[in-house]
Amino acid sequence: MSAAAGIAEAAPGTGPGQRALRRFCRHRLALGGLAMVLLLVLACGLGPYLVPYGPLHIDLGVRFSAPFLGPHLFGTDQLGRDLLVRLLMAGRVSLTIGFAAMLISTAAGTLIGAVAGYFGGSVGAALMRFVDAVLCFPQIFLLLALAAFITPTLASITLVIAATAWMEVARVVEAEMKSLRERDFALAAEVLGASDFHIIFRELLPNAVAPIVVAATLNVARAILLEAYVSFLGYGIQPPTPSWGNMLNNAQEYLVTAPWLAIFPGVMIALAVSGFNFVGDGLRDALDPRLERS
Amino acid sequence: MTAAEPVLQVDGLRVRFASDAGAVAAVNGISFALDRGETLALVGESGSGKSVTSLAVMRLLPPPPVCEVGGRISLAEAEGGVRDLLALPEEAMCRVRGDRVSMIFQEPMTSLNPVLPVGEQIAEAIRFHRAASRRVALAAATDLLERVGIPEPRKRLGSYAHHLSGGQRQRVMIAMALACNPEVLIADEPTTALDVTVQAQILELLRRLQQETGMAVIFITHNLGVVAEIADRVLVMYAGRAVEEAEVATLFRRPLMPYTAGLLASVPRLPEAGCKGREGVRFAAIPGTVPDPLALPSGCSFHPRCVHAKPGLCDSEVPDLEDAGPGHRVRCRRWRAIDGS
Repeated sequence: MSAAAGIAEAAPGTGPGQRALRRFCRHRLALGGLAMVLLLVLACGLGPYLVPYGPLHIDLGVRFSAPFLGPHLFGTDQLGRDLLVRLLMAGRVSLTIGFAAMLISTAAGTLIGAVAGYFGGSVGAALMRFVDAVLCFPQIFLLLALAAFITPTLASITLVIAATAWMEVARVVEAEMKSLRERDFALAAEVLGASDFHIIFRELLPNAVAPIVVAATLNVARAILLEAYVSFLGYGIQPPTPSWGNMLNNAQEYLVTAPWLAIFPGVMIALAVSGFNFVGDGLRDALDPRLERS
Repeated sequence: MTAAEPVLQVDGLRVRFASDAGAVAAVNGISFALDRGETLALVGESGSGKSVTSLAVMRLLPPPPVCEVGGRISLAEAEGGVRDLLALPEEAMCRVRGDRVSMIFQEPMTSLNPVLPVGEQIAEAIRFHRAASRRVALAAATDLLERVGIPEPRKRLGSYAHHLSGGQRQRVMIAMALACNPEVLIADEPTTALDVTVQAQILELLRRLQQETGMAVIFITHNLGVVAEIADRVLVMYAGRAVEEAEVATLFRRPLMPYTAGLLASVPRLPEAGCKGREGVRFAAIPGTVPDPLALPSGCSFHPRCVHAKPGLCDSEVPDLEDAGPGHRVRCRRWRAIDGS
């Protein structure tokens, strides 16, 4: 008894969460990605208040002014609008869509996957065949087809992106639930009189947080990219509201004469997407259950 | 034994699993009664149906068509009368589980949720059945941890399963199972995964808690040493049937069914002092293996392995469970002959 008590002394601060955090902090690329994401969020959140121009402020006297020369740090576009403030406002749109679509798609995917995996049988089979059916469509075409039917607004674009991104989470969660449901602690909870609802949400899902978080992070990156696609193709966020995608679209005509109009939005997209992907990779390594006991 | 109604009575319990090769009868008409405060040991080899029996009592077997359960499992009601657990709707069964009938498992290593602190898990076991606030439940969890002998229970509330040793985890499992003061506790090989000194502590703990609460215990094991330690009565199972039932002292002194006698003889013993040579003692083993449940032998399912079996008698039909003395029942055609020899 006393020897056993001795072993247990390592208790405080060693919950699964803290250990994952320690591993994440040792992951350089992930920390870099996190820094990029935080920087982008901060810049897009606060930046527009610090730039002395509005994103829709037209000044035809300074059309196509080159970046890093003169008062417009990142230059101006064909209407003389300040590119920096437009990039930051577009970032707000893109990041909002990215996060919101991630939340919706993760919640929907988790719910569907959990129900399918836990109950199995015909309910589970029906749900998962539905997932397979949606997965049959290439995501871009599904997205464009849906986008063609709706009036593009921030909310509708978010919903459409979420509607094409929840399936992967559902699959991951379904697989996790199937294996977790067979674990002894699920049976132990049932023996103590826990309801199905309690077992799913309180006992099993916390054990599946790791893959869900990883999939969710990667979903943010993908949602940002998808928003850029649809906006670039003209089905997404409509001008004059800036988004990285429609800024790129607009820049096509001036690719040779004013290449910065394309380069800066492109760089922003690359930064945001790779930042979230690095964080996702780091989380994957940090939360990998196979490393759990190290 | 008291004259009072048994708290749990199982009558003619049958469990059949559907398999590709046909229906497998895992349990073939088990009956027993469990009095308040009594410990009944279910003993038998792997595959004899003892764990399936306990899962059937908890109604945790998969639903038909995978698995069909027949018979009656009557749980005594506080206000008199009984309630057939097999006829209960799932919701009502949810309220019975953990509150009135609870269970602990063989593997304390995996029966605790790895991502929840143990205090939370015990508190929730209480909150499934009692309208208690989280704080009240956590205070009750502290008391429970103290009762099951965990040192510094308040500090342990926030511990995770991997902080605890095997013995401590089993203590936590016991605390969870006893959170609502169940009338019946099913212990499915609770000490098998633990080392010997810890086993003794857990058995001692279970016995003390049983005295404190007056709960009845169904103790499933294949370890006859543990049976001698903890049981009042023993039910020996073989191939899904009860083959012998007796008070523990009677069974150890006068085993009538050759299978029981074989089990008792195959307990390893140290050579007695004075007996020289290390090779002096050999294990007595029961020849053969447990029969395939898909192809049970005709007649007494033990007869192909039985040294007393008589062709024409033992292999013709399944023997009845006969009375062989007070509280002693045996399923063997030849028990009188064997007893006399």
